[in-house]
Amino acid sequence: MTHTAIIGIGQTNVSEAWDTSLRHLAWYAIEAALDDAKLSQREIDAVYVGNMLAGRGSNQRHLGALIADFSGMRGTEAIVVESAEASGAAALRQAIFAVSSGQIDTALVVGVEKASDTTGNDFEAALATSLDVEYEQAHGLTTAAQAALLMQRYMHEYGVELGAFAKFSENAHANGAKNPLAMYRNVLKPGRFEIAPTVAPPVSLFDAAPAGDGGACVIVTRTDRAMEMAAEPILIRASATATDTLALHDRRDMLWLQAAALSSQAAFAQAGLAHADIDLFELHDGYTILAAMSLEAAGFAERGAGTTWDGTMPLSSFGGLKARGNPLGATGVYQAVEAARQLRGQAADCQIENVRTVMTQNLGGLAATAITHVFSLV
Amino acid sequence: MQVAQNWRLNQQRYRLMGEECPNCSVKIFPPRDVCPACMAPAKELFALTGVGEVFSYTTVYHPPAGYEFNAPYVVALIKLDEGPVLTAQLTDVEPEDVSIGMPVEAVTRKLRSDGDEGMIVYGYKFRPIM
Repeated sequence: MTHTAIIGIGQTNVSEAWDTSLRHLAWYAIEAALDDAKLSQREIDAVYVGNMLAGRGSNQRHLGALIADFSGMRGTEAIVVESAEASGAAALRQAIFAVSSGQIDTALVVGVEKASDTTGNDFEAALATSLDVEYEQAHGLTTAAQAALLMQRYMHEYGVELGAFAKFSENAHANGAKNPLAMYRNVLKPGRFEIAPTVAPPVSLFDAAPAGDGGACVIVTRTDRAMEMAAEPILIRASATATDTLALHDRRDMLWLQAAALSSQAAFAQAGLAHADIDLFELHDGYTILAAMSLEAAGFAERGAGTTWDGTMPLSSFGGLKARGNPLGATGVYQAVEAARQLRGQAADCQIENVRTVMTQNLGGLAATAITHVFSLV
Repeated sequence: MQVAQNWRLNQQRYRLMGEECPNCSVKIFPPRDVCPACMAPAKELFALTGVGEVFSYTTVYHPPAGYEFNAPYVVALIKLDEGPVLTAQLTDVEPEDVSIGMPVEAVTRKLRSDGDEGMIVYGYKFRPIM
């Protein structure tokens, strides 16, 4: 496969952006990425949009043409990619395919989500469309409740206490506090996790990542072109995805994120790297149970031992979904932008020292879709 | 309101109609026509008894639209005696009295209500076996 690289990045802050529309969020991220790459819209050959909720939450589909037009790229090829919360990384992966095929020279990937266009029970129903409509949604299940079912069983089988999960939220908030673009910049004090207001026990407000509005953008081209176009291109060393059942009850081995494991293994193989080569793991901490089980699935922890994470492997360096905010279908593009900022040494107060290789993993649902990427400097 | 989308599931919602694999005898619910164990075609109908135990559970405090009328409610994974696991609400029990391993049985209850003019969806919930 022809190698690909990122030559431009952009992002908005994650927030409840009541005064900003979906198309504006997308444009702000695109504008920043074009500036960063020193490109004009005329030099973009295709646009890949990652989005989860707009059709239901904002009554707007057909985002490819909408965003291409609104962003000054009328006439340019553009499509939307949807894989629930993994839509962003799925869009990036399609851009990688397009560029490496030789059909597209320069592809623009924009992840955008406008979570706050619906609120309350309508928002819960919109989010729940990523669950099995016939056998989960029909019984009043929510995405948080599905995570709670998994966490409750995990705690029961492995004898893990609720407090053992606090470290993931505390780490995310400690890092988010240093990120001006984060949705929540408060530090989580010890002992607060266990007494947080409940959402669906054992999942609480300090466990579940808060959905937010935001846009993020990366520009992808072939590595040979990238070397001429950018001072510090970010190499895409691996891109791998796998799927699992939407419904938790359909999994034969419920306490194992099979899709996350398969995509991680494939990513390590593609990159020709071992676990010790990864300097930062931007995992999908939509819930603390996902953080723990992602570490296990990717092989950074033994099965059942995800909560023994000791901080040696940096996670959620800009706050992760928990503190930076969870922009749903834009998340995977945020992760790519954050990986690039770390590798370029542009992470400011969030900078991890000596980062040469970053793994990102974007999950849709409870890893019904898992998409893993590995990035490094040239 | 998706009338047909709900109506065509009436055998599953009211009778727990699943399938049995003719190749490896695994019982399948929800029905999917391909055996999840051996991948053989599996379309033979098999009605489950609706007896099982709680495999995991939680309480929904922030319900989706259409489910506000009985919130907060307990949602559980139920492992049926014949093997399949399904997602369902628990009824006739308080959240604090639910535990993993608790024996339960299926009953028919109102699942969803779309207001005074809308459709009412009925289906299985589970209650403790006394």
